[in-house]
Amino acid sequence: MADFLNTVDFGDNLWVLIIVLAIVTYMTRIGGDLVLSRFKSIHPRVDAALEAVPAAVITAIVIPPALTNGPSAFIAMMVTMLACYKTSPIISMVIGMGTLAALRYFGL
Amino acid sequence: MDLFDIMLSSITIFAGASQFVFLEILGYQAPAWSIVLGVFAVNFRHILYSASLGRSMGEFSTMQKFTAFFFMADPMFTSSEHRASQQPLMPAYYFGFALIQYCIWIVFTYLGAAFGSLISDPQALGVDMLLPIYFMTMVMAFRKRKNWFPIVVASGIGSAFFYHFVGPPWHISLGALMGILAAVIMAKPSGFVGVEEDDG
Repeated sequence: MADFLNTVDFGDNLWVLIIVLAIVTYMTRIGGDLVLSRFKSIHPRVDAALEAVPAAVITAIVIPPALTNGPSAFIAMMVTMLACYKTSPIISMVIGMGTLAALRYFGL
Repeated sequence: MDLFDIMLSSITIFAGASQFVFLEILGYQAPAWSIVLGVFAVNFRHILYSASLGRSMGEFSTMQKFTAFFFMADPMFTSSEHRASQQPLMPAYYFGFALIQYCIWIVFTYLGAAFGSLISDPQALGVDMLLPIYFMTMVMAFRKRKNWFPIVVASGIGSAFFYHFVGPPWHISLGALMGILAAVIMAKPSGFVGVEEDDG
């Protein structure tokens, strides 16, 4: 295992690394549930933390692409956000993509 | 990396961000452990996902649950959380959606690997912003949850800060931690979890 972990040139054995990465990914996907299911009751603060997970993580994912892909991307993201107050997520997404395409077409 | 390795990655790992990190570190000729560590870092959010979504999987058998977690990519998690806040999350809904996403991912991996070089200007089509715009609608979909606004502000500032000063992929987990911290601080200290209505 130690030898494998120091490998730099995988040659034809890249598939071994891919399987290891697949296992690591799957472990993280079951990890939280495995830990949490050991507890009978959930403290209200832990409950609040878990409630916050979706909005917190997705916001953290979304901020860099919104800020680093030029004014067109930033404006399209703002338009998408505002559209969500008025209409469904799907329609908002179409409006956002349309805004982006239009802004880029005009060179912004 | 040949077509076999690319397809094997999408079939067994099934996580866009992890596969990109994998490719990027592989390009540096870095040792395997740094690739494993990088993929673990970008996957850290999945631990939070399964802790959160696992609570909504009452209708799933143990076998179904552990199969379901394999497919828990970002869009799968967000749509399931959103669904669970409106009605009980059923295995049929989850696996139907998961199968569609999995097939699309495999097919597009193949198309990308085989014909990707034919797309001259992916930016003009807005392909680079498709997922961010989708995720933006999902951020908004959770806006009725308790303390949504302070969570999103804390997480957004945290993400920008860590993206700038620490760099990707750490900004996702560390930024999200700021939002979660805000939620923990604002939660009522006395415990009446069952009494508060879950408006999702």
